[in-house]
Amino acid sequence: MSQPKSNKKPAIFFVAKEREPLFSKKNRALLKDPLDDNNPITVQVLGICSALAITVQLKPAVVMTLSVIAVMAASNVIVSLLRNAIPNRIRIIVQLVVVASMVILVDQVLRAYAYDVSKQLSIFIGLIITNCIVMGRLEAFALGNGVWKSFLDGVGNAAGYGFMLILVAFFRELFGSGKLYGIQVIPDALYEMGYENNGLMLLSPMALITLGIIIWVQRARNRKLIEKN
Amino acid sequence: MDYVNLFVKSIFIENMIFAYFLGMCSYLAVSKTVKTAVGLGFAVIFVLSITVPINYLLDNYLLKPGAMSWLGEEYAAIDLSFLSFIMFIAVIASMVQLVEMIVEKFAPALYGALGIFLPLIAVNCAILGGSLFMQQKSFASIGESAVYGFGSGIGWLLAILAIAAIREKIAYSNIPAPLRGLGITFIITGLMAIGFMSFMGIKL
Repeated sequence: MSQPKSNKKPAIFFVAKEREPLFSKKNRALLKDPLDDNNPITVQVLGICSALAITVQLKPAVVMTLSVIAVMAASNVIVSLLRNAIPNRIRIIVQLVVVASMVILVDQVLRAYAYDVSKQLSIFIGLIITNCIVMGRLEAFALGNGVWKSFLDGVGNAAGYGFMLILVAFFRELFGSGKLYGIQVIPDALYEMGYENNGLMLLSPMALITLGIIIWVQRARNRKLIEKN
Repeated sequence: MDYVNLFVKSIFIENMIFAYFLGMCSYLAVSKTVKTAVGLGFAVIFVLSITVPINYLLDNYLLKPGAMSWLGEEYAAIDLSFLSFIMFIAVIASMVQLVEMIVEKFAPALYGALGIFLPLIAVNCAILGGSLFMQQKSFASIGESAVYGFGSGIGWLLAILAIAAIREKIAYSNIPAPLRGLGITFIITGLMAIGFMSFMGIKL
């Protein structure tokens, strides 16, 4: 990779390199865009499969987010390193194998250090393999870009995915069981006044409806995302 | 009778989409018209009913702890279950490729109808999910796993067919602009899932 030398000295970045700075504007956009304008879940419509079933509580959602960040960053880097060596015809299988090995690593680590959560996530850790967002970013980005950029893209997209996951889990746990991260936040006094937890929030359909409402709010604020039909 | 129970259960009560959200990506992307939805639905049934039994055999004669005892005493202690993800996905990817080639050779008309959907299926979560659930439920025989795969496929087809039909109609409705497209599809799917939850009371 030969990048044109830029003479402008970056002012605020911690790592000031001669070539393109490590966190140049373009690179920061790679990290930041997926959080809102180009969110994997609400805009690219990728990776919803495993997103919704594990958002009953915050804890599994956070663990899932961390796992996806690890898998995406690692597999993006590996595929980007291999991108000139992968024959075009069998690239899907190569990508699947890379992702599957990363997921196995994450799964084994979770089983060793966080067995309860790993039981709770059950098959959904395995389903990161076919999480369309991982494959989608490998296909669309890592196959054509350098290692550092692919790493940022992986982290950014996984974070955007996790952001939505945690948002949905926040509302479901708050209204469904009156807790956040397993700690009761709605005071007892409110229950004595007759407040009830909404059991429906714990059931799977409400994950879809919560996400639908989040999309509604996001698109009402960010009007350029509105679909024609 | 067990088979019928399992079949009904995998279609309605444990519907891939409404109960587990598996295969949502293609469900949302390919449900704009009924015709393409049917094509993808049949491809999913096809691949699920082939890969689940194959993965069942792999799991029981290769991967499970003690599964290799048919090779001899000294292999009985081997536990390869950590390899199951990579084995399953390899089987699925190669099966999809194989099915694609066979269909292209012997049923060109069907191949034309399924078109690009066949290769897409390799990364459909419903397919891998079927195999992983099969592993989790530890079925007693290969027949049960085949019925489970077939039933889940039919459940998936029903779901995508229903949403595609609704979306074709909804194109003429006046929906609030920010909710158009994806947002309203999510909410409708949520309502349909609430409907499907009524099957949960059925004890089989």
